[in-house]
Amino acid sequence: MTNLTTKDIPRLLQAYRQMVTIREFEDNANELYLTAKMPGLTHMYSGQEAVAVGICEALKSTDYITSTHRGHGHCVAKGANLKLMFCELLGKEEGYCRGKGGSMHIADQSNGNLGANAIVGGSAGIATGAALRSKMLGKDDVTVCFFGDGALGQGLLYEVMNMAALWSLPVIYACENNMYGEYTHVDEMAAGSLTARAEAFGIETHRVDGQDFVAVNALSEKLVARAREGEGPFFIVLDTYRYHGHHVGDVNRTYYRSKEEEQHWKTERDPILLLAEVLVSNEWATQQELDEFKAAIKKEAADAVSYALDAPYPDESEVDMHVFVD
Amino acid sequence: MRNITWSQAMNEAIAEEMRHDETVFIMGEDVAEAGTPFKVTSGLVEEFGTQRVLDTPISEPGFMGMAVGASLTGMRPIVDLMFGDFIYLIMDQLANQAAKQHYMSGGKLTVPLVVRTNMGATRRSAAQHSQSLQALVAHIPGIKVAMPSTPYEVKGLMKTAIRDNNPVVIFEDKLSYQMKGPVPEEEYFIPFGQANVISQGTDITLIGTSSMVQVCEEAALILAEKGISAEVIDVRTIAPLDEHTLVESVKKTGRAIVVDEGHQSFGVTSEIVARLNEQAFYYLDAPLTRMGAMDVPIPFSPALEDLTVPTAAGVADKAVKLVTGER
Repeated sequence: MTNLTTKDIPRLLQAYRQMVTIREFEDNANELYLTAKMPGLTHMYSGQEAVAVGICEALKSTDYITSTHRGHGHCVAKGANLKLMFCELLGKEEGYCRGKGGSMHIADQSNGNLGANAIVGGSAGIATGAALRSKMLGKDDVTVCFFGDGALGQGLLYEVMNMAALWSLPVIYACENNMYGEYTHVDEMAAGSLTARAEAFGIETHRVDGQDFVAVNALSEKLVARAREGEGPFFIVLDTYRYHGHHVGDVNRTYYRSKEEEQHWKTERDPILLLAEVLVSNEWATQQELDEFKAAIKKEAADAVSYALDAPYPDESEVDMHVFVD
Repeated sequence: MRNITWSQAMNEAIAEEMRHDETVFIMGEDVAEAGTPFKVTSGLVEEFGTQRVLDTPISEPGFMGMAVGASLTGMRPIVDLMFGDFIYLIMDQLANQAAKQHYMSGGKLTVPLVVRTNMGATRRSAAQHSQSLQALVAHIPGIKVAMPSTPYEVKGLMKTAIRDNNPVVIFEDKLSYQMKGPVPEEEYFIPFGQANVISQGTDITLIGTSSMVQVCEEAALILAEKGISAEVIDVRTIAPLDEHTLVESVKKTGRAIVVDEGHQSFGVTSEIVARLNEQAFYYLDAPLTRMGAMDVPIPFSPALEDLTVPTAAGVADKAVKLVTGER
């Protein structure tokens, strides 16, 4: 257990704010789907907030991340603007990708987010290549590659971890083990040890409770600092849980996991409740203050949604724009 | 003008661009001390070091993906893909990642990278080292595809490819590495999307890519002896494609054969013929004709392999029939 002091209060409150923001973003996105206001499907990050926030709070805006199809949390945690995110989810011109990417392809270069990726494990090469660039140019940027337990089935990951280890690249592979790859439990899909996969390449590995912001962030701070000094790569398994189905349409899911299991994680292992407990039990914030905090974020998210709903779609002339850069 | 080999021309293009821009580097299997199996990159590691002439493990999807990441963050990687057949291995990184980043990000992200690889049969290398897969790549929006035909062409097109801000795949015929040709000492670039009319003619247009340009030139010589005047055009880049030059030529001659070493069905030749049909139909005196590799996996036996690819004699035969109206 990390020893916290009053010096930590500002960053704990900042983390609380970021985690609540992600949860609010997702609740609104889910509502937009249920009310048929959002085109297509989306994948909810709710339940995994301590992973994205715990890691991204250890990064600078010049550090890079690559994200996944379940990427809203990473995007918010790396500093994205809610209005521009909702605009993208709704296919509006003002969105991060002018409506051309949607939920699964949000990229926010200004904050070092190289983009979500709709191919499971597909960004492992991109993250490792960004780290190669940092090493080649002598920069101290660190890249974090987020991926789920499902990506452990992709060969690309093993190819690039091998090269990252051979060349000591400043990359951290963050495996968010939410226990389910689409509709199947990780135990049915990944043989042997999860961490031993990276250990085989000589990569230092860690396993941490992904619901515990304090633990995730403490580990991340250490590993990011060491990666900056050339001690990378690292591999972390973060044990976590997704509250929703694989995507918003995956509603009837008792055939692959029980309602009791979901309830247990939501009441006993919720990352936001766990951090609130740290703040309240140390008397660093009152429950009332946290509730006020939450209300303000709820309003911010609601305003962003109405802004995005009213925002214009891209002009038809955009359809063949940006295939090539001049 | 001096004569140098294709390999030397490619080597010079890479070296000049690496001197010009420190973000340019080359990565792939055995590119450093070994200089690739075809010795194209020999000497680069001595000048630029092992970090910019980077030997990778045999992990094509891995290093292709890393090139995408490096280019997204400001580098200009050259990926050396030892055989064009390995394009199947890198397809996700090329088609789903590299090609789409700029569009999917609404123009924010750019992927300035080059994949240099090869194509071409008749090297007795059998079905997994002899394919010409340019049509697969040209089918993907967001990638440019260059098909050089001579040492002069490969140097000028490669230098343009490296400075282009989009993903570019440059296909070299693996039988051409030792081909010699005139290459100026002075720096030059060949722009993409500008076909090269090699020789003027009036009876038929022979349109070729890569080494099929030489096939067309040889066919034109055979036809000249028969009193048939053929115009020969080197397409140079199939994406972007210089439709204008091709269409204007066919409007003039009224006939065309399009020759490419990829499989004929659903291929480069089919696409070019379709565009000529749309834009020059009312000027035609004979059906537009395409000639590609046979639709079979490339066989090993020389007795069989040589049957699979277009030849100058075959192109000339077909041209005679089109010009004389003989069936």
